Amino acid sequence: MFVINCPYCGERDQSEFSCGGEAHIVRPKQPTELSDDEWAEYLFMRKNIKGVQFERWNHAHGCRKWFNMVRDTSNDKIHAVYKMGEKPPVI
Amino acid sequence: MKNKYSIFSLIKNAFSQHENWKQAWGNPEPKKEYEAVIVGGGGHGLATAYYLAKKHNMKNIAVLEKGWIGGGNTGRNTTIIRSNYLWDASAGLYDHALKIWENLSQELNYNIMFSQRGVMNLAHNLQDVRDLKRRTHANRLNGIDAVWLDTKQVKEFCPIINISQDIRYPVLGGTLQRRAGTARHDAVAWGYARGADAMGVDIIQNCEVKGIKRNGDQVEGLDTTKGFIKTKKIGVVAAGHSSVIANMAGLKLPLESKPLQALVSEPVKPIIDTVVMSNAVHAYVSQSDKGELVIGAGTDAYISYTQRGSHDVVEGTLKAILELYPIFSRMKMLRQWGGIVDICPDASPIISKTNIKGLYFNCGWGTGGFKATPGSGDLFAHTIANDEPHKLNAAFNLNRFVSGDLVDEHGAAAVAH
Repeated sequence: MFVINCPYCGERDQSEFSCGGEAHIVRPKQPTELSDDEWAEYLFMRKNIKGVQFERWNHAHGCRKWFNMVRDTSNDKIHAVYKMGEKPPVI
Repeated sequence: MKNKYSIFSLIKNAFSQHENWKQAWGNPEPKKEYEAVIVGGGGHGLATAYYLAKKHNMKNIAVLEKGWIGGGNTGRNTTIIRSNYLWDASAGLYDHALKIWENLSQELNYNIMFSQRGVMNLAHNLQDVRDLKRRTHANRLNGIDAVWLDTKQVKEFCPIINISQDIRYPVLGGTLQRRAGTARHDAVAWGYARGADAMGVDIIQNCEVKGIKRNGDQVEGLDTTKGFIKTKKIGVVAAGHSSVIANMAGLKLPLESKPLQALVSEPVKPIIDTVVMSNAVHAYVSQSDKGELVIGAGTDAYISYTQRGSHDVVEGTLKAILELYPIFSRMKMLRQWGGIVDICPDASPIISKTNIKGLYFNCGWGTGGFKATPGSGDLFAHTIANDEPHKLNAAFNLNRFVSGDLVDEHGAAAVAH
């Protein structure tokens, strides 16, 4: 449990948010062209990093907006929070 | 087996004040090369090594453990064993394990304190009732014992449950698997370690894997904190850290690692002689032989390797426990801890070859791997030795995420995650 600095609402308890998992997985532009392997890669395969990870969060019990976060999964330290569409920071 | 435990060895050692018991397993330095190396010295890893040596005659094998054996999720779970899963593939897998549990103390000559005290799963709404009745029928078609209990029968089986229909989630009935129960989790790791060691398996503790060496599509060995170890077969049983090991081999797995918590109360006299689980309110409880209530909480909803878990998750579980068992309202909780569980998108495990030759994964057990320990080890050993899955774990291959042939046990799990 930790405190997240929502880019729209400010600091709130993590329990107000829901995590959307790994960020910057791009939706296939031509879904009909995809092989089964490519679908599996897009839908299921995850880096599941122990360390600095880029991920999506939603302020579910607040403004309900999505945003991105950089967090170290080995100690839950948050390095950066940035809005959807913004360029990911270099950590 | 050397140093067989029996009433006679107990009496004999009593004369020397129990100071001459031999160590149950050795503490060897790694050799340069092994026929197979198991990464992860938990119950599943040690069981894999045990069955590789016993059933597949592979004696030159090692188990590498970065901490101490049984110090990960094997020592952190709530020790529940059951096989009442919905789908045929799962029923086959988990009941295979349950059948081995039933004779495991004798097989290992080590008391794992297996107790078939029954597991009851409660229903709190109409959909629960339908799902659990369906599961009861599915279980019985698969030869797994299961009965449906109405509210009155639930109360008879476990008298401390509050069956008032005025609570937020009233008890509408439940299922009971009488062959299910609990076992002493540490003893499982220790028993398998002792058995494997006696057959010549090297159990190497404080040895962390740092890299996997490949030659094209074939594994060649492992870089570890105790130097390079050459091997053609690597079986990874690293639970929450499976993805970390997979990344070393340039492989991605369909896993997310999350903290799962459990807690125990102060010890009290016997009050609950079974295991009661409740999916809808996410609460399950049993009582250890020491007298502590053993309570399982949920997972945190985000990836983390912190082995802690959030307080609000515990709070939610305890609220549900108190509504179902008002008698526990003044119990003090003694300890709380977290373990990192690796969760698959379909909530079923992976016991599989990979597209790298000689690299095998046994992972994705998520929140419920302990119950499968003996079966998992047996089937993983078969997969490694023959380079082909056993028919009982064929469905639990990695390729199911490509083919779409998932084993979706989300709805059938004992508690929602």
